[in-house]
Amino acid sequence: MFEIFGISSQALFSLLLLGAINGSFYAMMSLGLALIFGMLNIINFTHGAQYMMGAFAAWMLLNYAGVSYWVALVLAPIIVAFSGLVLERLFLRHLYHLDHLYGFLLTFGVSLLIEGAFRQKYGVSGQPFQIPDSLSGGTNLGFMFLPNYRIWVISASLGVCLAIWYVIERTRLGSYLRAGTENPVLVQAFGINIRRMITLTYMLGAGLAAFAGVLAAPIYQVSSIMGANIIPIIFAVVVIGGMGSIMGSIITGFVLGLIEAFTRLIYPEASAVVIFVVMVAILLIRPQGLFGVRS
Amino acid sequence: MSRLLGIALLIVGALSAPFFFYPVLLMKVLCFAIFACAFNLLFGFGGLLSFGHSAFLGGAAYITGHVVKIWGFTPELGLLTGAAAGAGIGFVFAVLATRRQGIYFAMITFGLAQMVYFAALQLPFTGGEDGLQTVPRRALFGLLDLSSNVSMYYFVLIVFLLVLCAISRIVHSPFGQVLHAIRDNEQRAISLGYHVHHYKILLFVLSAAFAGLAGGLKCLVVGFATLTDVYWHASGEVVLMTMLGGVGTMLGPVVGAGLVVGIQNYFAELGAWVTMIQGAIFVVVVMVFRRGIVGELIPLLHGRLGKIRQNATTRIPLPPAAAASSNPAEETALPAVAGASSVKATDGTP
Repeated sequence: MFEIFGISSQALFSLLLLGAINGSFYAMMSLGLALIFGMLNIINFTHGAQYMMGAFAAWMLLNYAGVSYWVALVLAPIIVAFSGLVLERLFLRHLYHLDHLYGFLLTFGVSLLIEGAFRQKYGVSGQPFQIPDSLSGGTNLGFMFLPNYRIWVISASLGVCLAIWYVIERTRLGSYLRAGTENPVLVQAFGINIRRMITLTYMLGAGLAAFAGVLAAPIYQVSSIMGANIIPIIFAVVVIGGMGSIMGSIITGFVLGLIEAFTRLIYPEASAVVIFVVMVAILLIRPQGLFGVRS
Repeated sequence: MSRLLGIALLIVGALSAPFFFYPVLLMKVLCFAIFACAFNLLFGFGGLLSFGHSAFLGGAAYITGHVVKIWGFTPELGLLTGAAAGAGIGFVFAVLATRRQGIYFAMITFGLAQMVYFAALQLPFTGGEDGLQTVPRRALFGLLDLSSNVSMYYFVLIVFLLVLCAISRIVHSPFGQVLHAIRDNEQRAISLGYHVHHYKILLFVLSAAFAGLAGGLKCLVVGFATLTDVYWHASGEVVLMTMLGGVGTMLGPVVGAGLVVGIQNYFAELGAWVTMIQGAIFVVVVMVFRRGIVGELIPLLHGRLGKIRQNATTRIPLPPAAAASSNPAEETALPAVAGASSVKATDGTP
């Protein structure tokens, strides 16, 4: 055992782990929001509800359909992505020609509908979600105990985030997407079906939120309010990072997770608000956000 | 003539209402009507969407409750303190949030309101999860006892009417005309030499002060201040009330507040269904009913009466079909509620 600044290394590493876990969720959620904003030009308030739906979908698949964890991990985001398809086709599509705020308000209304429905059915208490056998247990590193599931969450989140970054920044499909974000009319003139791109982007964002929800399920329990709890934080993360860059969203998410964890160590009372405090500081120093571009 | 008759009917209705309905419900409606009018002042007349108005409602409720209960303030002083608290919090919000525009403005106010929520949860004087209980109403100016619901109702009604007059005055003042100009075309207002930033901050502070007044009043009416009013659902509800009634109309928010509080009250035993109903109303309003009830009624009434007043006092915000930005990456200044064809007041330009 050794100590750093009077903190035992064990406490320090478990905080690092906690920060990285929360950061994983912040990164995936804010990445999805940024993708949707780039393409659809709206802030997707339903993101929190989609995160919650992902967790619930996986929980239902496990408990009612009896499928394995890995199947649920793949199926739940796909189900939520298709609910996103319905939402986009039925409602959002008709609001693109209006101010962004209408999209924001619509998705807010939809999230009330979804969260109300789940609260009506399941209440606000959490449903336990078992860690799959293959990921339970942990490794003793000598200086700390490392639960396998947490390592899995961090690596899965990093993997998915980096994969999305690669697809968007380095592939042809991604170049269409970036071009569509830049100038949809021109891209359409080149014969690319921009409407389909928009729908796919929304599905991807929703699916990503749901994926985060499935990963979060064993850690935070599955409850109807889990989305409502995370959404203010995600919005603050997005304000801090700015929505201009994919990598920016990922880095901001992880860094804020770590900052939050270390605040818990230094001044626990402030850990709930520290992200908002950072938001205020960023607004004062660099209003466009860390990775944003001044308009 | 018909206008005077309508006003007379409204007054008679408002005066006799506590004998037909439960006064506490009516007072809650009036408190939320003030709250929604305050929000509408900012959103409807200033074009700024705050998603953090719960901070002023709930924050001021705690402050009023504290000064009345612990420090023994009279109700009118308690309300003024609450409004001042709302204005103070609002100033901080405004300075920070006006550093960004459009949708970011909404997200920043949302985040800041969440800070106020956590403060209310953790500060010693708020009572945490229990809230601030048993706040007395005391006597108005130390003379007039407000403990009976009927006398409290008339007091709330007077405050409500005063707020309505004040907001109408603000909207039709030279200040309000500048706001109209900013909302319609911010760049042009800047080029005309207006300090757009200062106007936005002042408007935000005014709106927050009225919202704080509503919160303080609500605390006196029900006798407690809890986390419900400071949680972000209250911010969403006030948007719903305003949109449902009619953004940018004088009486729209009042109608919206009546409906939303009514739904909450009469369907209370249905639990989470209330949230779902609110969500459904939200979706319907945003999709097909963007002018709201009063916003739809005004042109109808005018059509039937066959006269369109030249010097219209009520602006009808139309959905900005043509005003959408084509560049998604850009944060656009909000042309939201300002319709190109809205009836413009011709008087009072500075």
